[in-house]
Amino acid sequence: MARVWKFGADVDTDQIVPGRFAPYMRPDADVGTAAFIEARPDFNKLAQPGDIIVATSNFGCGSSREYAVEALRRRQVGAIVALGFARIFYRNALNLGIPLFEAPEIVTNLKEGDEIHLDLANSCIIAGATIYALPVLPYFAREILAAGGIVPYVKIHGAFPGEG
Amino acid sequence: MGQTLAEQILSHAAGRAVKPGDLIVVAPDVVMSHDSLTPSIIKIMQDELGVQNVKNPAQLVMTLDHVAPASTVGTANAQNLVRRFAREQGVRLFDVGRGICHQVLVEEKIARPGLIIMGSDSHSTSYGSVCAFGSGMGSTDVALIWATGRTWLRVPETIRVLVVGRLRPGVAAKDLALKICQVLTIEGANYMAVEYHGLDWMPLEGRQTLASMAVEIGAKVGMVPPTGVIAGQVTVPDWLYVDPDAVYARTITIDLDQLEPQVAKPHEVDQVVDLSEVAGTHVDMVFLGTCTNGRYEDMVIAAAILKGRHIDTNVRFIITPASNIELDKAASDGTLSTLLAAGGTLTTPGCGPCMGRHNGTLGDDDVCLSTGNRNFKGRMGAPTSKIYLASPAVAAATALRGVITDPRELGEVSHG
Repeated sequence: MARVWKFGADVDTDQIVPGRFAPYMRPDADVGTAAFIEARPDFNKLAQPGDIIVATSNFGCGSSREYAVEALRRRQVGAIVALGFARIFYRNALNLGIPLFEAPEIVTNLKEGDEIHLDLANSCIIAGATIYALPVLPYFAREILAAGGIVPYVKIHGAFPGEG
Repeated sequence: MGQTLAEQILSHAAGRAVKPGDLIVVAPDVVMSHDSLTPSIIKIMQDELGVQNVKNPAQLVMTLDHVAPASTVGTANAQNLVRRFAREQGVRLFDVGRGICHQVLVEEKIARPGLIIMGSDSHSTSYGSVCAFGSGMGSTDVALIWATGRTWLRVPETIRVLVVGRLRPGVAAKDLALKICQVLTIEGANYMAVEYHGLDWMPLEGRQTLASMAVEIGAKVGMVPPTGVIAGQVTVPDWLYVDPDAVYARTITIDLDQLEPQVAKPHEVDQVVDLSEVAGTHVDMVFLGTCTNGRYEDMVIAAAILKGRHIDTNVRFIITPASNIELDKAASDGTLSTLLAAGGTLTTPGCGPCMGRHNGTLGDDDVCLSTGNRNFKGRMGAPTSKIYLASPAVAAATALRGVITDPRELGEVSHG
């Protein structure tokens, strides 16, 4: 089972990893230790591999810092479900292989601390007796995630999405 | 069928007529990276992609501006790594003190109308000030451009911002930028392009202010048509023009004749109100700088308000010029002397305290009024600090009084 970490609107990348905790500023530190270090100390201390983030609108706005996504990858976040995502964050998350879904019904119904089962193979989240279908991602996003991120995608295909 | 500016530039680069929603692969004309992320990009290219050398060194440009000069052994070592890499690869590097990437690329005319410029920095939308398609990306995307010379993009829909009327005294491009944030909201332009129309009269520095903040409403690019008063400063390709048949997803109109000085309240850029609603709010620090408002003209506006006066004794006033050229202009005509005589503190040209790393990091419960572009919680330091965003004129008036102040109360305000 995995836990739901619930967030509100406009979670910016400064919340996910403050600029003062960038790998540039702490070259010897694991960036995973900085995930939500000031904005959500409970997440920072307690989040377990496979847990999911559920947020409302515009998750990941602000800075282009990929280390915000890298911090969540290091913590092995299973998926991010939101009403919507900021552009650069969306692309960074796909590039690093974190599944992310725009799913209003799930955002409405899942609560902070809910225990769920994330079943990516069957594109659903199971919460108690309820099964929530995950939306079908655009083709390019499915292909990037299937490869495990954009670097393996380019190595496998020898091309970018939309090319060849 | 007519095309927006973004569609024209991407069609030119793709070699075919593109439409919103298309996925295309293009060779960006320029790819910019700065000290904060270049070390990670080198690592991704060499270690993850297994590519030792950049495909096209002439495509790359690097700056050292985010912690300039270095503040720790770690940042010093990282900057030395970037210097060595740039030298070995034959890449242009603008070292510490030259200024903020977005200012430098415009000054050096590396950013030009019609180019595609991808940057490792979200404020790369700034290049839209000269009608380049400028957009930010993460480190892995930049590493892939270095390795292959190319990237993939989704062609964005375009929102048109139609500006009517003229700025009144004491009101500036920054107030327009903040008003746009209020109207369109922090997510209103996600995945989209923004075009700013009705601004032929606006000089380059105002266009830079607007375009730098396009990302704050989620936009991929924010472009001002390269016409009007900047015509003599840029060379525009004949295929790039405002097409009367272009199709916009949405148009909003903003009337400058009604615009008051604006302030974004903590902790989001779209929490924008008329200054009168927050007038009198105590501040501990005023910051004049950033790619949004750290230019010579911004310092001139502040100096006009502060001439012969002194800032409040309870305020620290940090001035970080956007580049050494902007600093030199301010030093040459007495603008800088006026600001220093008024009690300002000058720092090295660069990003300064904008992301809370040095040169004015905020402590617990500190309140800052900044001419920058982001007021996220903890952005400039302690998570209990607060950031208000406003124009250079409001910044100077606020430094003078120690509380958020309407510059029009003080006289000596110039047209912004």
